[in-house]
Amino acid sequence: MADTRRINLTVNGESHEGEVETRMHLADFLRQSAGLTGTHLGCEHGVCGACTVLVDGEAVRACLMLAVQANETSVTTIEGLAEDGELHPVQRAFQEQHGLQCGFCTPGMVMSLAAYIDENPSPDERDIREAISGNICRCTGYQGIVAAGLQAAVEIRGGG
Amino acid sequence: MDTYVGSSVLRSEDPRLLTGNGRYIDDIVLPNMVHAAFVRSEHAHARINGVDADTARSMPGVVAVMTLDDLGEPYNTKRTEQPYPSPAFKQDITIYPLARDEVCFVGEPIAVVFADSRYTAEDAAAMVRVDYEPLPAMVDVAAALDDDAPLAHADSPDNLIATLSIGFGDVDGAFANAPHVLSESFRQHRGGCHAMECRGVIASVDPAHGGLTMYSSTQSPYLVRSVVARYLGEDEHNLRVIAPDVGGGFGPKAGVYPEEIVLPLAARMLSRPVKWVEDRREHFLATNQQGDQVWSLEVAADDDGTIRGVRGRVIGDAGAYTNYGLLLPMTSVIPLPGPYAIPAIDVKVDVAFTNTPTKCPVRGAGRPTAAYAMERMIEVIARNLDLDPADVRARNFVRADQFPYQPGHTMVTGASVTYDSGDFHGCLDMAKGVADYANFSLRQEAARAEGRYVGIGVSSYIEDTGMGPYEGATVRVEPSGAIQILAGTASQGQGHATVFSQIVADQLGVAFEDVTYQSADTALFPLGVGTLASRTVVAVSTAVHEAAAQVRDKAIALTAQVLEAAEADLEVAGGRVFVKGSPDRGMTLGNLATQLAPFNTGAVPMGFTPGLEATSYNVTRGPATASGSHICEVEVDIETGEITLIKYSVAHDCGRMLNPQLVEGQVLGGVVHGIGNALFERMHYDESGQPLSVNYGEYFLPLAAEMPPIEIAHQETLSPLNPMGVKGAGEGGTLPAANAVIAAIENALKPFGVVVNDYPVDPERICELLDEALAGGAVPGG
Ligand code: FES
Ligand code: FES
Repeated sequence: MADTRRINLTVNGESHEGEVETRMHLADFLRQSAGLTGTHLGCEHGVCGACTVLVDGEAVRACLMLAVQANETSVTTIEGLAEDGELHPVQRAFQEQHGLQCGFCTPGMVMSLAAYIDENPSPDERDIREAISGNICRCTGYQGIVAAGLQAAVEIRGGG
Repeated sequence: MDTYVGSSVLRSEDPRLLTGNGRYIDDIVLPNMVHAAFVRSEHAHARINGVDADTARSMPGVVAVMTLDDLGEPYNTKRTEQPYPSPAFKQDITIYPLARDEVCFVGEPIAVVFADSRYTAEDAAAMVRVDYEPLPAMVDVAAALDDDAPLAHADSPDNLIATLSIGFGDVDGAFANAPHVLSESFRQHRGGCHAMECRGVIASVDPAHGGLTMYSSTQSPYLVRSVVARYLGEDEHNLRVIAPDVGGGFGPKAGVYPEEIVLPLAARMLSRPVKWVEDRREHFLATNQQGDQVWSLEVAADDDGTIRGVRGRVIGDAGAYTNYGLLLPMTSVIPLPGPYAIPAIDVKVDVAFTNTPTKCPVRGAGRPTAAYAMERMIEVIARNLDLDPADVRARNFVRADQFPYQPGHTMVTGASVTYDSGDFHGCLDMAKGVADYANFSLRQEAARAEGRYVGIGVSSYIEDTGMGPYEGATVRVEPSGAIQILAGTASQGQGHATVFSQIVADQLGVAFEDVTYQSADTALFPLGVGTLASRTVVAVSTAVHEAAAQVRDKAIALTAQVLEAAEADLEVAGGRVFVKGSPDRGMTLGNLATQLAPFNTGAVPMGFTPGLEATSYNVTRGPATASGSHICEVEVDIETGEITLIKYSVAHDCGRMLNPQLVEGQVLGGVVHGIGNALFERMHYDESGQPLSVNYGEYFLPLAAEMPPIEIAHQETLSPLNPMGVKGAGEGGTLPAANAVIAAIENALKPFGVVVNDYPVDPERICELLDEALAGGAVPGG
């Protein structure tokens, strides 16, 4: 019934190959086919940002991208952000600044901020607030997340 | 002794959640599992003449399609259970698990499809044909009690569910010779849950013993167990309910829903695990919301703003069904006096059906609407008598020397409402300091000189936290020296594991890292109530503290016996019990645990029960009164109506803070939720009851860029009702926020005489109000 197509992509450095329904979005592929449930779905209509992952280094809403569109790309999810068991500075800052409560928006928030700080290593508070305005958090009131973003940026650019 | 309690220990939950290793309902996959999609009503009110599922049933991958009839006897005629019966009900109509012959809101479940994937289940659900006969819909609760109102349930005599009231003192006397009698009418709307994780249920039959295991994204696994077991006619031991990681709760996840009945029944019928995860559209349609209340109040006051009495009437929306009992209307009027010493009150609330989703508490329950109502009265007095709103509050506050204070009415339990402790004046002064209230008029003048309109709003509250009836916990020392805490209550992100581990680590003198916490599994701990109403920190911390103290006493007693030392000479620290001054003479907790739980050739020491563990249940001694004052500063653009939040200041008192950083997190989240209520969150329905806001482009949640800096000051007035002096903090941030924002807008627009009253308020409404004011002769800048 449903159309399928064969895709091959790299997720967190590992190659994933498989037959997918053409209508399956990337988030479902990551969660169901690749077994990586760290990418969350909060709205499935492109507003909440919970599903944010990096596709070839760019922050992307995985509920708005079809799995077949990610063919031949390299995807990084929250599971792939820590390197050698060492938390990414954004992850560490989230814990230190209490940037998460229930943790459901968190993977998307962390991925969005990691991508943003990568491109803009000297953000001010306003910049961080704008950068996460495509991500909804119902728990924290955002202040801890903003503080985490600022702290991580300092660390990433090497202090100062 | 307090190494951890009182300090901002980093959360032990975080490393897991930050690396994608959370385990939420949708992450759980069981072998041979089938996926559910519900067929939901397209009409707000209709008779159902038939359901045709033949096409759906024949689709490849479809395992079953069920309507209420297909659930078989006795369920095919059985409504869901009422968890909160009350003699006040004039009509008590709970929902059927699947609609029988009438649907009463858009989104009501009618049938359910089970298929090998969610995609297939949704395809098939779209092919189920329902034969509707539309009926008139009751949408606006303000008209629900009119003589010609459409009936929300076709066979009801009218839409009235119950009339509740709060009353004490001589109200007629208070109004009879009052120098000022002022009145105000306003409409309060609070939106929905909008936890970032939607609801979800998995049910499976455990082949080992035939019982059911249910996972639910719930705040109340024990309530789910109770309600589902009663509905199914099963014993509770046959039903194990687990709340896994839950992505936010905020009240609506504390209820029990039709899907939580249908899934376990289907798991039995299909002999396969079944899973349903709500999508966001369903969340807008079918998850309980808080809805509307229409208030008319009068206040009698002296020239100096002292309140003599309050009276009035409320109409409260209950939505289509009564599955949340009368909790929302009750919590909307009982807390009405707030922090004020008011001699007389008489307020009635009529609770009415509408053809909209069932109404339930959302963060704060009715308390934010009660707080808004009383704060409105303060604003009315200040506005009409030309007094400083902060001064009117201070003049009417219960004083610090009046505790315990009893306004004169009773709680749901029948006990007298009692405020245990606080210093309301102290908190208000702190908030004024944080907000630089004293210099605001200079800021306002300077802005006006530039043609800008800035305003300030004050709002005060109290919250009855730590509601009963009980919670419990077990603390157990393992042979390795690790400490395990088991408890009932589920966490939805509050940091329970961290806070309760802090308490136990201090009690037993061990490292925080050596303590683990598990909860929210009815097979792990036998009894519990739920995480709601800012109660958990009070109820569970008391139980955890007591259980740990008992373990400590037992460890000391056994050490004393073994070492032949006096108990008073022993100390507990570093995971050991030892003689004070000679740390070498002692035993590790792990060693004591091993001695108390020996194997075959051993013996339990004389005079001791097995195990270095204890279980304690805490029965509440009454609510701990949290309190505070908030001050919001805004700018309003009189051309566009745009509202900019400049700064938000909080002074609050939640008693002893076990972990200040986590308390701040609760306050911040609560404030932003309240700001969302004031400015953004609105469920729109058209006249036929169709919801018009079913995604986040149509229903606005607060975003980071719109939020002001929020500065918090803490006051710690210990509660005398529990050993650590704690009070709840989960909802206090929300309670006063709507009035703080609305009053600030009104203050900014004072030159135009604009009164907002209804919330949420958006720029369009601000422009309308300004136009009305200008048409009425207001002079800008006047
Ligand atoms: S789930 Fe993709 S943006 Fe919400
Ligand atoms: S931490 Fe719960 S939604 Fe952000």
